[in-house]
Amino acid sequence: MYLDNERRPALTPQLAFRVAVIGGIALVMFGVIFFRLWYLQVLSGDDYVQAAQQNRQRAITIQAPRGEIVDRHGQELVANRNSLSIKVTPDRLPEDTGERRELYEGLAKLLGLNANRLEKRVEEELRTLPFSKPTIKQDVRGELVAYVLERQDDFPGVEVESEFLRDYPHGEVGAHLFGQVGEVSPAELKDRRNGELRMGDRIGKAGIEREYDRFLRGRNGAAKVEVDALGNLTKALGRRQPVQGSQLRLSLDLDVQRTAQEALASGTGKGAFAVMNVHNGEVLALGSQPSFDPNVFTRPLSERKLKQLTSKELGEPLLNRAIQAGYPTGSTFKLVTATAALESGHLTPGTVLNDPGSLTVGGVTFKNAGDAIFGPLALVQALTVSSDVFFYQLGRDMNETGMPLQAWARRLGIGRKTGIDLPAEEPGRLPTPRWRNSWYKQKLTDRPWSVGDNINLAVGQGDLLSNPLQMAVAYSAIANGGKVLRPRLGLRIEDASGRALQQLDAPTARRVRLSDENRQAILEGIFGAANSQGGTSTPVFEGFPVPIAGKTGTAEHLGKADQSWYVALAPYPNPRYVVAVTDEAGGFGADTAAPMARLILAELLSVNEDQLVEGGGASD
Amino acid sequence: MHAAVTPVKDFRDEARVRILRIDPLMLLATIGLIAASVYTVGTATQDDVPGDPNYFAYRQAAYAGVGFVLMLLITRFDYSRLREWKLGIYAFTIASILLVYALGFSARGSRRAIEFPFFNFQASELGKLLLIVALSAFAVDRIRRLKDRETTSRLVLLAVIPAMLVIAQPDLGSGLVYLAVLLAILFVAGTPWTHFAALGGLTAAAIVIVLVAAPAVGVEVLKPYQQDRLTAFLHPGENQGREAYQVNQSLTAIGSGGKTGRGDEATQTRLDFLPEHHTDFVFSVVGEEFGFVGAALVLSLFALLIWRALRTLTMAKNFYGVLVAAGITAMLMFQVFVNVGMTIGIMPITGIPLPLVSYGGSSVITTLMAIGLLQSIHAQARETAAVKRL
Repeated sequence: MYLDNERRPALTPQLAFRVAVIGGIALVMFGVIFFRLWYLQVLSGDDYVQAAQQNRQRAITIQAPRGEIVDRHGQELVANRNSLSIKVTPDRLPEDTGERRELYEGLAKLLGLNANRLEKRVEEELRTLPFSKPTIKQDVRGELVAYVLERQDDFPGVEVESEFLRDYPHGEVGAHLFGQVGEVSPAELKDRRNGELRMGDRIGKAGIEREYDRFLRGRNGAAKVEVDALGNLTKALGRRQPVQGSQLRLSLDLDVQRTAQEALASGTGKGAFAVMNVHNGEVLALGSQPSFDPNVFTRPLSERKLKQLTSKELGEPLLNRAIQAGYPTGSTFKLVTATAALESGHLTPGTVLNDPGSLTVGGVTFKNAGDAIFGPLALVQALTVSSDVFFYQLGRDMNETGMPLQAWARRLGIGRKTGIDLPAEEPGRLPTPRWRNSWYKQKLTDRPWSVGDNINLAVGQGDLLSNPLQMAVAYSAIANGGKVLRPRLGLRIEDASGRALQQLDAPTARRVRLSDENRQAILEGIFGAANSQGGTSTPVFEGFPVPIAGKTGTAEHLGKADQSWYVALAPYPNPRYVVAVTDEAGGFGADTAAPMARLILAELLSVNEDQLVEGGGASD
Repeated sequence: MHAAVTPVKDFRDEARVRILRIDPLMLLATIGLIAASVYTVGTATQDDVPGDPNYFAYRQAAYAGVGFVLMLLITRFDYSRLREWKLGIYAFTIASILLVYALGFSARGSRRAIEFPFFNFQASELGKLLLIVALSAFAVDRIRRLKDRETTSRLVLLAVIPAMLVIAQPDLGSGLVYLAVLLAILFVAGTPWTHFAALGGLTAAAIVIVLVAAPAVGVEVLKPYQQDRLTAFLHPGENQGREAYQVNQSLTAIGSGGKTGRGDEATQTRLDFLPEHHTDFVFSVVGEEFGFVGAALVLSLFALLIWRALRTLTMAKNFYGVLVAAGITAMLMFQVFVNVGMTIGIMPITGIPLPLVSYGGSSVITTLMAIGLLQSIHAQARETAAVKRL
């Protein structure tokens, strides 16, 4: 049927040549492929095996929970809580910028964030740390997490990670002490003192968390897993369990701390307190008003909230006034003046000085508070009634070579850091001729040092800047016979069941030599101030079953309300505790600070107080 | 012998003789590649369909079975008759490609197949073979004017029309195979070198227009991803996009196979790092699981197949057989080199399957039918030679 005219003669030379060309091409191609395979598989095989292993293996950090922080009785102060965070993994994010933009918009809408800012922050983080997993939002509610997980197609590259966050079950109680935890910064990463750290680890950033970070941190675990191309886990290859950080027991007493904060909150709104054991420096309570709920720091903080927490108008809630503020301390300083005068030989317990109601030095007249006139009196009486003129004279007399008032104040810890186990302590200021004269030279003040400055310092006025903790340290030294303590919050490191691993001893900072006779006279004087007829705080402590000694203070601020102070030692005559309280605008010491101190002492000494504490007493 | 004294042909004898005249080495290579395919596809996809680890292996075996039957039928058929049906075949080729546009379902953004129950018919695959058959027939029609410019331009036009249609589907790979087939047929038919030089010039101009000039004036001839694919292999490492990712994963798979392969430890395949591991990148699976030894074995089978195809070409009883064999040889060679070259990073990613080995009914059946045609050419040639000798 078919035509045979296509029948060809035998292989023509041209056809043979062309077929040979095709065969030659095939030969060359096969040769190239074989050599390439030889190179890939035989010569570089090991490298590619490595690459394949890297492809499938991932090390996943398992966050170790931080150690918990408990009070001296084992009550939980800082705990951990499991939270869910939404993150993105760079290797599964869409590559297309438009799609990414859509993703950010979807997430921002769902989580109530600003899409532009979110995109900027995440892209920035991805650029600087290409393998990190930027956090979109921490501590996300369960429903939202479920929503994201159920719609993985709409949220490519979005992951949910479980994280431990700090939890503060008692809210504002102790807020100023604990500090925060946060992701390690590049600078901290380089600091070798922080030990072995990796990007993304969380460390203590402030407060107790920072001071005791090496105990609290724990050791992160790691899981080596095999994953498939989509990053899904296919099997576990190995695992190192995380080790929780050690538990830290503080000397703090939760009940005393709470009572003190409540007492302070009932005042004018700004103030601070310190409660310490006078023998070993254990701090039982330390706080500042206004306070805040530290739980806000476990979530990303809004700009507005941070502004509120640092705003001057709102009293700077983040400021820990007990160690960071600087105040004149009013008459509570008279114990320091008395110690200096007695120990430098300007005074004996029996020396009688006249108080005619005022003292004029160099044309300036210094008067008693409330224009009182006390007549001739010795030290005990002078402290009991809080005669200013008595101490004015001591201040005037001690304005001499060697400046014994400043020297003794310094020895007792005024105007310097106490060394408490909290970062960010401020030293305050102890006014000296050298300080004022140098300020005068720099034109920071209008006059050089004069005797009036020493007279003011003698009654805790003028340029003195101190704080409740410094006063507590000074009073403790007088009460315990000369041990200037280094206050201590950390008591010991424990395992999770409370077994002690390491005791944190508080070394005494230094010893000062104080004669017992002099000390007794001073203590007797402030016992009288809280108990005798005419004592400045006697009415406040009426009916208090435990004998206490205490000194009121009223610091004057130009153009502002007076600051109320009270420093108490209890029980008398062998004190165990010192309580220092101040309210920035509380008026007379006996009006505000002393009743607060009574509330704190009642809790501290387990006194059942069912009666309302009323303020009131002599001015000082 | 009695046969010598009785010249009457026994029909059954003739049939037996014709079966014996196939090329046994070509058959061996075919069976070897099919076996390698079913095994490799099986191991690569055992986790892909939950609860049915052999889903793809069984289907591939079924396609191979159907293709094998068709191959044997075609072997016994005189291919020369196809010449008479050239118009019908060509029309069917174009029509089936157009039908895909009308009815086709779209897989990953390209419309390439018509859906039947149990089978998706990919017209462009069968089109490869049909185009060879038709194009060779048109060439033989002008056997006395093969050196004419007009002949060359007609053949080029006949091939470029379906090539453009499938490239627009978009199925770039099949379109390139059509063009390779065209070149081979022209080359073997004896087209003068000057014509090839002119074609080369036109192609260069077309490339410049498609890749440079047209996008510059806003006309998109190739889809952006096709363009990326074609140019990605030119700068490996620079571009961390999807194409480079695929090539890197393929290189890692093949390289990590080493001399003798990783067997069950073939994590690149098993954990899905290797994309398209049972279709376009099946050779990488061979490389990872069976190493250099396995890859070399598969390549040797292809070398054997191509050698036998070229040998068949030289034996063909008529010029039509020569051109059909040339087209089929070119189809096989081009697909093997481009596909394997892609997996080892020396060729662009074009979506061309590895003949007989890549999973896919249309491709496997078409290739087996093509080999059936080669066997037919071989059998016819041997028979003619035997008749001549008588």
